[in-house]
Amino acid sequence: MLQGCVVLDCSRRLGWIAGRLLADLGADVTKLEAPGSDVSSADWRALNINKKLIRADLSEPVGTRMLDDIASSADILIATPSAGTSDVRLFDYDRLRTINPRLIVVAITPFGLTGPKAQWRASDIEIMAAGGAMALAGEPEGTPLRVSAPQSYAWAGSQGAVGALTALAARWRTGRGQLVDVSAQAAVITALSHAPTFVDILGITPTRAGAYMTGRSVTGAKYRVFWPCRDGFINFILYGGAAGRRTNEQLVAWMREKGLELGPLGAMDWARFSPTRATQAEVDAMEIPIGRFIGSLTKREFLEGAHKREMLGYPVSNTADISTDPQLEARGFWQDLPGPDGRAERHCGCFVIVDGERPPLVRPSEQAEGVTRHVSEA
Amino acid sequence: MNAGFLALDGLKIVEFGGYAAGPHVGKMLANFGATVVHVESMSRPDGFRMQYPPYKDDTPGINSGGCFTYFNDSKYGVTIDVKNPEGRKLARQLTDWCDIVIENMRPGVIDRIGLGFEELRKSNSDLIMLSTCNMGQTGPRADTPGFGSQLSALAGFCGLTGAKDGPPMLLYGPYIDYVASTLGAAAVLAALERRERTGKGAYLDVSQYECGLLFLAGPLLEYHTSGKIADRVENDDPDAAPHGAYACQGEGWIALSCWSEDEFARLCGAIGRAELARDPALATLAGRKSASVRINDALSAWARAREAHQAARMLQAAGVPCHAVNSIADLFSDPQLVARRQWSRRRHPVIGDQAYCSPAFELSETPGDVTASGPVLGADNERVFRDFLRMSKDEFDAARAKGAMD
Repeated sequence: MLQGCVVLDCSRRLGWIAGRLLADLGADVTKLEAPGSDVSSADWRALNINKKLIRADLSEPVGTRMLDDIASSADILIATPSAGTSDVRLFDYDRLRTINPRLIVVAITPFGLTGPKAQWRASDIEIMAAGGAMALAGEPEGTPLRVSAPQSYAWAGSQGAVGALTALAARWRTGRGQLVDVSAQAAVITALSHAPTFVDILGITPTRAGAYMTGRSVTGAKYRVFWPCRDGFINFILYGGAAGRRTNEQLVAWMREKGLELGPLGAMDWARFSPTRATQAEVDAMEIPIGRFIGSLTKREFLEGAHKREMLGYPVSNTADISTDPQLEARGFWQDLPGPDGRAERHCGCFVIVDGERPPLVRPSEQAEGVTRHVSEA
Repeated sequence: MNAGFLALDGLKIVEFGGYAAGPHVGKMLANFGATVVHVESMSRPDGFRMQYPPYKDDTPGINSGGCFTYFNDSKYGVTIDVKNPEGRKLARQLTDWCDIVIENMRPGVIDRIGLGFEELRKSNSDLIMLSTCNMGQTGPRADTPGFGSQLSALAGFCGLTGAKDGPPMLLYGPYIDYVASTLGAAAVLAALERRERTGKGAYLDVSQYECGLLFLAGPLLEYHTSGKIADRVENDDPDAAPHGAYACQGEGWIALSCWSEDEFARLCGAIGRAELARDPALATLAGRKSASVRINDALSAWARAREAHQAARMLQAAGVPCHAVNSIADLFSDPQLVARRQWSRRRHPVIGDQAYCSPAFELSETPGDVTASGPVLGADNERVFRDFLRMSKDEFDAARAKGAMD
């Protein structure tokens, strides 16, 4: 869909996914890397696939000239300028717009280009802390946690892609580019769902819920979310509404078929059950027989049984479970491209199917066809 | 220079669906000027209205829920009964009027109510339509119902959160829905760019599951190439030491990390333990990892004696990556977020003043805005149907009398 859109991606880790998303949507993305920088990690390869790689030393005049040369005819430039470094001058919007007034400059930084913390240093863990996400993950009395695979970079980069495309829409009317100033801290707030509304409306500060769901009940009742099963964990929650009612009815039917003890579940009128109003004692009593049932299943048995019965709930997958999921295979989600050693590597494909077809990834993460230029070595 | 208009002024969007995954796409675009009409019905309002607190004065009510309004600011709210023939007619008038339809029902539902893409494009040939659901529109489990909080587990996020020997952890709310809505907004805008260039509409099939996996693309590639299964490791990182969260005075915490010997030396100096930086055993990443108990003890002792925000300022002044673990309440007073006007207060007829989240990026020429609070149910029926669709008063009254807006 973005065929003809030229993107120069000068980002470090914080911004890699922005260019990847634009490339997957059809843009012609060139990734600038310093000579000798490591491009072998799985993260680098996964998020820089589908881009052309050019090596350029931006601390040398020849590198800077090359940057400006490409920028002069590009539509979008993505950068992650580090405060207090030469990046600031190099990727300064006022400088770049004199080279190309139509250029959209996406600056992705931990806290944004302005404000009292604009100069602060932060990696994923500090950004997740600053954005509030760590306050919501972990045991209630335990250490605040981040997701073990960095998330703030993906939140910031994907907001960068949206920002770039919003500016592109504006350019149809103004004829001019503009600066897109992305704050990773603010991007992480998107991940918090409606947690801020509890502070704002009720003066209640949501905290870490551990393996329980809170915030759904006016009685303060907690609902178990993660249930041990034979080979890991299942995510199952007692929901209300039409979908919850069906799920709960089907769960009881499934348990009945297996001849299991139902306890209070046997007499439940699910049409009248409201998770918003149930008390903790009621929830606890219902969860005992459910725990026994789920404990007898494997992850795959639950996934297939729940699907057959149109129930809500999923196993807690790991990367191996995901890689063998027939749903992803059937939709052609994975795409194989040659890796650095020439052997096929399996990548996540484009995130959207357009007009019935998934746009293919067209370039391996490092060009092997002689189009890679090593500017500093030229 | 401010252009004097918003980036997406003039763009018309209609949403069918509810909860987060569809409506959050509309909110993101509404904040940059798109005219977004959120369609519900009196008998089936958006599930966020009644199923999710908080409510004004803790009293559930159809128009008192802050969760619904938070994701529907800057939009118009209408009610249409799509099971009613007059309602379907009204829905078609809306879909003929708009540029983009966003729906997040289960696959097949939008077709069954006569509002599928092939049907709609008969009378709106360059329509862009985004269908977003758990699994996507196709595949053996396409019809699986589901909420994002659980899909976040299937997509690997919960299993990657927590201690190695402990249970998985929740990420608050339907985490993956917002990954999909952010990527969904990118897809819609890319389709818009193509339409500007070619005049061609688009049908966009977004699987929230697949979108989530893009946020774990590295660990998935690692598994495919080496067979290594990513695991939850609390707050560790393979490339940094120390790297973690440390309790401060009261209930506060700081998060900090050192990615080089220089940063570690600056950290040691800042906490008054310069001798640690001089210890050859701690001069390498591997050395610091194997001495993590010793380093963490020193850091914990220093942090416990300080208020978290003050501790973070001290370490930042020394050039060490550090930030207080902001509580959700802290987000409203964090000086950086305040300076960047992250929250916009708008008045809702039932809830009163409510803080709405502004975009995560600023545009220098066409800045975003929260133009209104979330709508009460059916608040804008007259405005949308009469002003936007140009129905006469008689037509409007007749449609209403026939139950089209129930």
